[in-house]
Amino acid sequence: MNPLTKFLSELQEIGYFLWRVIRGLSKSPRYFPEMVRQMDLVGVGSLGIVILTGFFTGGVLILQTYPTLVAYGLQASAGQGVATSLIRELGPVLSALMVAGRVGSAISAELGSMVVSQQIDAMRALGTSPVRKLVTPRIFALMLTLPLLTVAGDMFGLFGGGIVAQRLYGLDLNVYITSVRAGVNVDDLLGGIVKPFFFGIIIALVSCYKGLSTKGGTVGVGVSTTNAVVLSSICVIIADFFLSKILQGAFSSPLF
Amino acid sequence: MSLFDHINSSPADGETNDADVPPVGSKSKIEPAIEFRDVELAFDDLVVLDRVSFTVRRGETKIVLGGSGGGKSTIINLVLGLLKPDAGQILIDGEDITGLDDQDLMRVRKKIGMVFQEGALFDSLSVYENVAYRLEEEGLDEDEIEHEVRRMLEFVDLEDAVDKMPIELSGGMRRRVGIARALVGNPSIVLFDEPTAGLDPPTARTICELAIKLRDLEGVSSIFVTHEMNNLDCLATEYAIVDETGNVCFELEGDKLCLINTEVMMLRKGNIIFSGKDEQLRLVEDPYILRFITGK
Repeated sequence: MNPLTKFLSELQEIGYFLWRVIRGLSKSPRYFPEMVRQMDLVGVGSLGIVILTGFFTGGVLILQTYPTLVAYGLQASAGQGVATSLIRELGPVLSALMVAGRVGSAISAELGSMVVSQQIDAMRALGTSPVRKLVTPRIFALMLTLPLLTVAGDMFGLFGGGIVAQRLYGLDLNVYITSVRAGVNVDDLLGGIVKPFFFGIIIALVSCYKGLSTKGGTVGVGVSTTNAVVLSSICVIIADFFLSKILQGAFSSPLF
Repeated sequence: MSLFDHINSSPADGETNDADVPPVGSKSKIEPAIEFRDVELAFDDLVVLDRVSFTVRRGETKIVLGGSGGGKSTIINLVLGLLKPDAGQILIDGEDITGLDDQDLMRVRKKIGMVFQEGALFDSLSVYENVAYRLEEEGLDEDEIEHEVRRMLEFVDLEDAVDKMPIELSGGMRRRVGIARALVGNPSIVLFDEPTAGLDPPTARTICELAIKLRDLEGVSSIFVTHEMNNLDCLATEYAIVDETGNVCFELEGDKLCLINTEVMMLRKGNIIFSGKDEQLRLVEDPYILRFITGK
């Protein structure tokens, strides 16, 4: 099977997996405490790396763009550039990629280990649906926490950009803040929240699917973990393009 | 009255309640607990089961013997509905489960207890939570759950391990917790998937004794998958009774009682090559079976 056919076949399988999740939503029992636990693990647990990523991304954006802006006499617009690129694009995508690496791998490894140690079979034998018990709470947890993490990442990115602009290039902080405010509109903010909402679903879905389809013992767990991170990262980047296009149409903004 | 009630009650209150006894000839007494009808299963070109048919009567223990890759564990997975056969029918309490969807299978699985090879305990849950799992899923009252969990742990002699995590348990203890978890909810069918593999002989015997108690005192139907002849010797020759002091004791079959509720089935490459009593098995002259029995 060539790579493209394999990729499309996996997407089809994941689509069917999503359909099973959706069908299960109408049935009880629902695992609300498990969802809250997962939100804590995903949200609070990933906050540090997302903030760190955001901070240094904001910083490096100023570092790379400021000298060019100076050449055109546009240094007062430095904050606008950081805000636009971070909130629209880099914040959602980088946060999603960091969470895919940290949480996606953890989900896949946990579920994969449960498969090879027959815990998933035991769960089914005890009359519990693994999709409802394990997958649905993780999807909701990521779907709800990734937008919040992205907002945190964006804020610290803007903060990092401001620190670099002020400390390294001597730009007045008020000028920076003013240009940030000028560079962000409501459409940007909404787009920056809508995208991670879908990215969260993608990461959770792909990671759970990969974990639950683990084969071949402990080696298989390693393989499915790697595949989960790779596939979810690729899906996030591809989905980012299409979401950007859809949001562009939805908000009718030439800036998207 | 369940076995567990029996263990915890005095002999004086052990009388049979006539209301609990189904009428003779009722449907539930006639239909086997498990029935395979010409079941076929293959993974790509590998035939795992080839037109396999057998029944497990109510209260009967079917010991499934065979080498690795013979299809033993596949039978258990099919009974649970974890695998679907390519052809044939599987009936649980007379109900064909081959066409059921996941939701209906969950209902069927509620009457089946499963003991996995390595216990398959949930790593993140304590012994208590593992045993209580099914009851908590059913939303039972916390006091009721605690009472039931302690009773089950007492049955497998692990009352002291209630707060331990699975990682802290030995292999034998894990299997016993697995048995306690499988028995919660008093299932009418219990499936054992090589529950004594890798255990020392005394611990393996303890597991077999638990299976005998379920068969003889509880009337549970079971499939006991194993490749160890020691298990066969224990399960097919001993029975459990409750003596006058209320204690459970084990006796060898002989003049007093002959076991009719235990049968042996041997699989090889997806085919049943023997089905019958253990005494008959020992008389068979098939080289594969002889080698399996004697080990040489």
